Amino acid sequence: MKSNLGFGFTFGAIGLVIAIFLAIAMIAGFERPPVQTAQGGYRGTGIDEIYNPRTLARLHAANVVPASLPQLPASGPKAGAVYKNVKVLGDLSVGEFTRLMASITTWVAPTQGCAYCHNTANMADDGLYTKVVARRMIQMTQHVNADWKQHVAATGVTCFTCHRGNPVPSQTWFSAQDQTHGALQADPGKNLVAPAAGDSSLPGDPFTPFLKDAANIRVQATTALPQGDAATIKNADWTYALMMHMSSALGVNCTYFHNTRSFGDWSQSTPQRVTAWYGIRMVRDLNADYLGPLTATFPQARRGPGGDVAKVNCATCHQGVYKPLFGVGMAAGFPELQAPSGGH
Amino acid sequence: MAEYQNIFTQIQVRGPAYPGTPVADSDEPRGVATGFVHLLGRIGDAQIGPLYLGYSGVISLICGFIAIEIIGLNMAAQVNWSPVQFVRQLPWLALEPPPPAYGLHIPPLAQGGWWLMAGFFLTTAILAWWWRMYSRARALGLGTHTAWAFASAIWLYLVLGFIRPILMGSWGEAVPFGIFPHLDWTASFSLRYGNLFYNPFHMLSIAFLYGSALLFAMHGATILAVGRYGGEREIEQAVDRGTAAERAALFWRWTMGFNATFESWHRWGWWFAVLTPLVGGIGILLTGTVVDNWYLWGVKHGIAPGYPAVWGSVIDPSTLPGAPK
Repeated sequence: MKSNLGFGFTFGAIGLVIAIFLAIAMIAGFERPPVQTAQGGYRGTGIDEIYNPRTLARLHAANVVPASLPQLPASGPKAGAVYKNVKVLGDLSVGEFTRLMASITTWVAPTQGCAYCHNTANMADDGLYTKVVARRMIQMTQHVNADWKQHVAATGVTCFTCHRGNPVPSQTWFSAQDQTHGALQADPGKNLVAPAAGDSSLPGDPFTPFLKDAANIRVQATTALPQGDAATIKNADWTYALMMHMSSALGVNCTYFHNTRSFGDWSQSTPQRVTAWYGIRMVRDLNADYLGPLTATFPQARRGPGGDVAKVNCATCHQGVYKPLFGVGMAAGFPELQAPSGGH
Repeated sequence: MAEYQNIFTQIQVRGPAYPGTPVADSDEPRGVATGFVHLLGRIGDAQIGPLYLGYSGVISLICGFIAIEIIGLNMAAQVNWSPVQFVRQLPWLALEPPPPAYGLHIPPLAQGGWWLMAGFFLTTAILAWWWRMYSRARALGLGTHTAWAFASAIWLYLVLGFIRPILMGSWGEAVPFGIFPHLDWTASFSLRYGNLFYNPFHMLSIAFLYGSALLFAMHGATILAVGRYGGEREIEQAVDRGTAAERAALFWRWTMGFNATFESWHRWGWWFAVLTPLVGGIGILLTGTVVDNWYLWGVKHGIAPGYPAVWGSVIDPSTLPGAPK
C-alpha cells in the first residue's frame, strides 16, 4: 500500500501542476464564450468576422458620440472681422465660429476649457503652442474630409474622432529608439515583446517605415516562378507587423480584408481592403504634411524619446472599431470642417 | 501488492547493476552503472549508465555549449543584461541572421556574424552527435536506422539554415535562433512565398507527420492491448507468432480488413517518421529557388479552385490613374 500512496501522490502533484498551467493558459490565451461569427465571403473560404457580444458591448459603450450643439445661422458679421488673428475660420459667422470653438472645447479639452489653447486675457494671442497646433489640426480635419473621401467617405471626421475628450489623442505613436544596449547584436527592430504587433516578436515599430516613410508593403511574389522579386522574408516580418496593428486597431481579423489563401491578390480581396489602402496613404500624408512640420511647435515634453512629434496610425481614429465611432457621422453637422478654408 | 498494469504500471523495471552486452569492438573501458533512480524506473529502466562519451560526445557537448552560450549571451545583451527581462522576454528573444544586404559574405559580428558562428558550432555539435549515434550502433553490431532517421531531421535543419540560404545567395533567408522568432519566420516565409499550404511537399510532410502520430497511437495501443499475452516481446513474435500476435493481427483484420505484421509494422513507423522532415526539406528547398508563389503555382496546376466574386471586381487601387503613392 505504501507504494500506492507514493504513486498517487506523485501523479496527483504532477496533475496539479498541469492543472495550474492550463488554468494560466486559459486565462491568458482564451476568451470566455459566447463567440459569434458573421459570414462575409463565399462559403468555405472562412471569410468570417468573429465577435464576442461582451467585447462588442464594451466597445459600444466606449464609442458614444456626444450631442452636437445646435447649428447657428451663417448670416451676420464674420468672425474674421470681429475677432483678431482668425486665420482659418475667418469666413464663418460669429455664431458658427463660437459654436465650433465651444464644440472643440468639449471634444478636446473638456476639463481644461478655453485656457488650454487660449491666453484668456487675449484670446487672439498665439503664445500657447496648443493654439498653433489646434489651428493646423482644424486644417487637417478639413483636408481629410475634402481630399480623402476614398477613406472617410461621407461620414468624415471631426476633432472628436481622434481626441475623444483628451487633449492628446490616446492612440498615437513615436518612432522606436535603437534598442541596442549590449552591443553584441545591432538592433534588428524585432525579437522583443511588440505591443504594436499583437505582443508578438515581430518588428515593434512598423509605423516608421510604412506610415511615416512610404516603404513598400507588398512582399508576396506575383508570379508562380521566380522572376526577380527581391522581397525577403525579413521584409515580410515588417509587413506582418503592420497588418497585426491594422487588425487590432480595427478589431477585425485578416479576413476582413483578405482571402487568406492569397493575401496579395486584389481580385479575391474585400472592398474594405481598398478603403484600407487609401487609409494607409492618408495616414502617411497626415504624418508628413501636418504632424511632422509641427515637431518644433511642440514642447520637448510632448515629443517622443527621439524628439519626434506624436504621429497617427490606424488606431488613432479607429480605436478598436472597424469604423470609428461605429460609423456614426458627426462631420455633416459641421460644414466648416468639410473643406479647406483660409490661411497657410 | 504491486501488479503489472497497461497504462500506468507500478512495476519498477529494476535489476542488479549491469554494464550491458560485451562487444568485441569496444573502444573504451566500459564504465559502470552509476546508480538507480526510482522515478525513472516508473517510466523506463531505473538504471543510470554506463554512459559513452568518446571524442564525438566531447566535441558535441563543447560545440553545443558554445552555440547555446553565443545565442544566450546575445539574447541577454538584447535586454541590456537584465536577468528579470531575460526571463520575462525569453520566448521573444533571438539571435537574428544577417541583413539580406550582406548576401553570403561574412558580416560583422553585430550584423549576424554571431548568428553565423552560433550556426557553425550548433551544426558541428549536431553532426558529432550524429556520428556518436552511428558509431555506437555499429559498435553494438546494430543496424544504423536510428542514425539515418536522425539524419533526416538534420537534412531539414541544414536546408533551412544552410543549403537554401546558399542557393538564395543570402544568409538573411535563414531562420533566427529564438523561440517565437523562428515561428514568426515560418509565417513570414509562407507569406512571402505565397502560402506554403499549396506546396505539395509541405502537404506530404503534414500527411507523414499526422500519419506518424496515428501510427504511433495504433502501435502503442495494440502492443499494450496484447501485453497480457506477452505481446510486448514484439521481435520474437515477428518470427514465432504467439497468441498475442495472432490476436493483434485478427483485431486489425476485423476492424479494417488488413494488418501489418509485427515486423513490417516498424518499417511503417520508421518511414513515416523519416519522410516527414525528408519531404518537408524538399518543399523548403524548392521555395524561392524554383517556385516563388505556391498559391499561383497551385492555380497553374489546377489544385486551387476559383470562387465566385461575391463583391464584384475589386481592383488594386495603385493601378488606377492618379493613385496616391
